[in-house]
Amino acid sequence: MSTLDVAAIRADFPILKRTVRNDRRLVYLDSGATSQKPYQVLDAERDFYENHNAAVHRGAHLLAEEATDAFEHARANIASFIGANADDLVFTKNATEAINLVSYAFLNATLKSAHKKALPPGSERFILKVGDEILVTEMEHHANLVPWQELCDKTGAVLRWIGLTDEGRLDLSDETLFNERTRIVALTHQSNLLGTVNDIPAIVKSARAVDALILLDSCQSVPHMSVDVSTLGVDFLTWSGHKMLGPLGIGCLWGRADLLAAMPPFITGGSMIEVVSMAGTTFAAPPKRFEAGVPMAAQAVGLSAAVDYLRVLGMDKVAAHEHEMTKATIAGLQSIPGVRIIGPEDLVDRGSAVSFVIEGLHPHDVGQVLDESGVAVRVGQHCAKPVCTRYGIAAATRATYYIYNDLDDVEALIEGVHAAKKFFGV
Amino acid sequence: MKLENMYQEIILDHYKRPHGKGLNEEFQAEVHHVNPTCGDEITLRVSGNEDGTISVSYDNQGCSISQASASIMFDQINNLNFEHGEGAVEHLVAMLQRAEDPNEDVLGDGIALVGVAQYPARVKCALLPWMAWKDAAIQAGMKKEK
Repeated sequence: MSTLDVAAIRADFPILKRTVRNDRRLVYLDSGATSQKPYQVLDAERDFYENHNAAVHRGAHLLAEEATDAFEHARANIASFIGANADDLVFTKNATEAINLVSYAFLNATLKSAHKKALPPGSERFILKVGDEILVTEMEHHANLVPWQELCDKTGAVLRWIGLTDEGRLDLSDETLFNERTRIVALTHQSNLLGTVNDIPAIVKSARAVDALILLDSCQSVPHMSVDVSTLGVDFLTWSGHKMLGPLGIGCLWGRADLLAAMPPFITGGSMIEVVSMAGTTFAAPPKRFEAGVPMAAQAVGLSAAVDYLRVLGMDKVAAHEHEMTKATIAGLQSIPGVRIIGPEDLVDRGSAVSFVIEGLHPHDVGQVLDESGVAVRVGQHCAKPVCTRYGIAAATRATYYIYNDLDDVEALIEGVHAAKKFFGV
Repeated sequence: MKLENMYQEIILDHYKRPHGKGLNEEFQAEVHHVNPTCGDEITLRVSGNEDGTISVSYDNQGCSISQASASIMFDQINNLNFEHGEGAVEHLVAMLQRAEDPNEDVLGDGIALVGVAQYPARVKCALLPWMAWKDAAIQAGMKKEK
């Protein structure tokens, strides 16, 4: 028994009506890369363009007022979805930019401080000195790794990381990784490759004990489970709209109000200023300080509709539904000789990203055979090369599930894996 | 099933029993090319022979298409001069990216890669070893300015 009415949900997603190669029905198992969009989201975006389109926060006309209202209503609605206040939610072009926004707050505070330039009160938290440490994990998506490597290269800070156990979990045995030099701990809530859901309370406790900030990359958690920043205990939450039924081109950064207020801007220009003169500029309060240029209002409205859609379903039910498919996928793959699951094989603290390799077969070839039967998966390194290296693989095949998938889709995947083995004779 | 168009028997043969795989000890230039989206990698070495031709050796890992293509590349390009080798690379590019008719005299078993053109995401896999050869040959100074 599914916790969701999948047939009713599928009827809301126009793309699921099309066929793919060989006129096969689309079995979309790549929502971890980007989700499909329901009519409700598409209609909301279209309605904005058809009836209210204007540049927000500018203009003295009715449309500008309506567009601004729609944009700010979307901000409040999306913020409430994660238990936050509207003023603490910054829109970015994607989650990658949201993470860069925080890493650049460190860089810009450090550079401005070195040149004795004005900084917001409280910015000391973002000024790095040589030997300070940034702590990440070995399971990060490149988006939550490369910005921190770059920050270290530019400031003389040192990147350290929490390693992984053979089972695909964080190895928290080295307590010295959290120390008085640790300035921020940046980690993923759920690994996009392994599916591991990390023990955030334990991380928060260790980070707090050394007064380090915590950034949680929630690209694979906010779309799939209930996430509430009022109880999570982290300082920053970053995620993307397009993985949670929303449009492409919008990401989110939630930050604690006192920290956002203490951060210098990242991208500068119009909209994010207070007073500009030829001699210098003062900046707007958050969130506008971090939203230079005309913002993506239609995408915000679309993402707000996506949030409404998920809220009606209930995030606990979404998580329970995905759990069923994860369970069936792991059991199905375990029953096939030569298949190795990369990531936890138990179902505790585990999301619905299931990656695997087949002995003697390259994932690209596996993906090609699956595609031939209409099953869309992701193959490759999943923007997580260090994870591949850790587990001694060049690449992996990954299935990810969402609200419109069901056990028939799991079966199509398992059949496809058998077909791939047969086709290549392994 | 159209899959057989890409995975022709001859391609699978090269994949399972690649020709020329293994690096020569001596070389004038070495390159390492990767396809970061899917994890294909090739290390390729070249050295010039007295008669103006170029010896090639390689080691690689990756999908069947990139592995088979490297094997075919070895068959077709090893011990050609730069001009002829580059001509073969151009023929392959023309077949895969511009749907031009393949020339079996130049591409040999490479004409069996024609099915790859139907799958744009795989074209990079097929080109990887050939582009690595061209890069290495240029780095070794074997491209003669006219």
